[in-house]
Amino acid sequence: MSVVTVERKILKKNDEIAGENRMIFRNHHLFTLNMLSSPGSGKTTLLEKTLAQLPKEIKCAVIEGDVQTDNDARRIEKYQVPVVQIVTNGGCHLEAKLIQDALDNFKLQDLNLLIIENVGNLVCPANYDLGEDKKIVLVSTTEGDDKPLKYPSMFRVSDVLVINKIDLLPYVDFSLEQVRKNALQINPDLEVFEVSCRTGEGLENWMKWLVTATRGR
Amino acid sequence: MSIAQNIVSIVDETLAGEKYQRLREVVVDVGELVAVVPESLEFCYMVITEKTKFQDSKLTIRVLPLVGKCRKCQAESKVERFDFVCAKCQARDLEIIQGEELHISHLEVD
Repeated sequence: MSVVTVERKILKKNDEIAGENRMIFRNHHLFTLNMLSSPGSGKTTLLEKTLAQLPKEIKCAVIEGDVQTDNDARRIEKYQVPVVQIVTNGGCHLEAKLIQDALDNFKLQDLNLLIIENVGNLVCPANYDLGEDKKIVLVSTTEGDDKPLKYPSMFRVSDVLVINKIDLLPYVDFSLEQVRKNALQINPDLEVFEVSCRTGEGLENWMKWLVTATRGR
Repeated sequence: MSIAQNIVSIVDETLAGEKYQRLREVVVDVGELVAVVPESLEFCYMVITEKTKFQDSKLTIRVLPLVGKCRKCQAESKVERFDFVCAKCQARDLEIIQGEELHISHLEVD
């Protein structure tokens, strides 16, 4: 028997392509978001509200990742932004190569902002860098406030936490204070927004952050 | 599944120039913070290698606990229950020095 030393990162290939994507985004002054959450937290709804409120001069494109159907892309098309649907056919996350291939569909020089909506899953997408500037993780008040403790990796790698559906707080056993505490214990640098996509409450702070970050690019 | 596929293709590349009869074992290091469930990775590896030249090889996963280094007092301490706080000075300013790994350490072949 003999031992062969390998010492290689398993996702090296993905990381390399993500690095290429990052260069492409930089060269086009494109600010890029990767939106992550469990299914049903409100990623697509936050995206719709965001597109509706974006200032005219910010040109945005969207990549939708789903296991099946192009329902989300159809929802986004109504906002007259370029959108590409990636159907992963069972795959539980997006990979950097899929994003790179999807970029061929856009005129990158005309864009300022690219929003990628990942597959609804709080586990695997945490491992796959897409080359984005910021990872946004959503949690809604109809889920448990211990979500960050159950999926620590996702909260550690994210830059922004959006707590959605705060209009439902009177009806659910969800503590804003507790979810903040749990998330910040894992990642003290998280920027936190509390919103209701349904009533619009809190969205102005999120929009302010997004517009400032996009213009800064 | 995708991680298991990546493992198999790296193993294949690594062994391409080697003289060996049989792959015995693949040893992988997975940090505690990485979103991988060892049992399901083992299962995926088994499914992918079935009826291939790597059939019956074993995937061994070594889980590396989370260790942080405090940016304030420089102390190194184990991170318990994903609470990123320095065990010595209680500062919430830890740099992760172990626990984010996802790599193949080595292979054993006959």
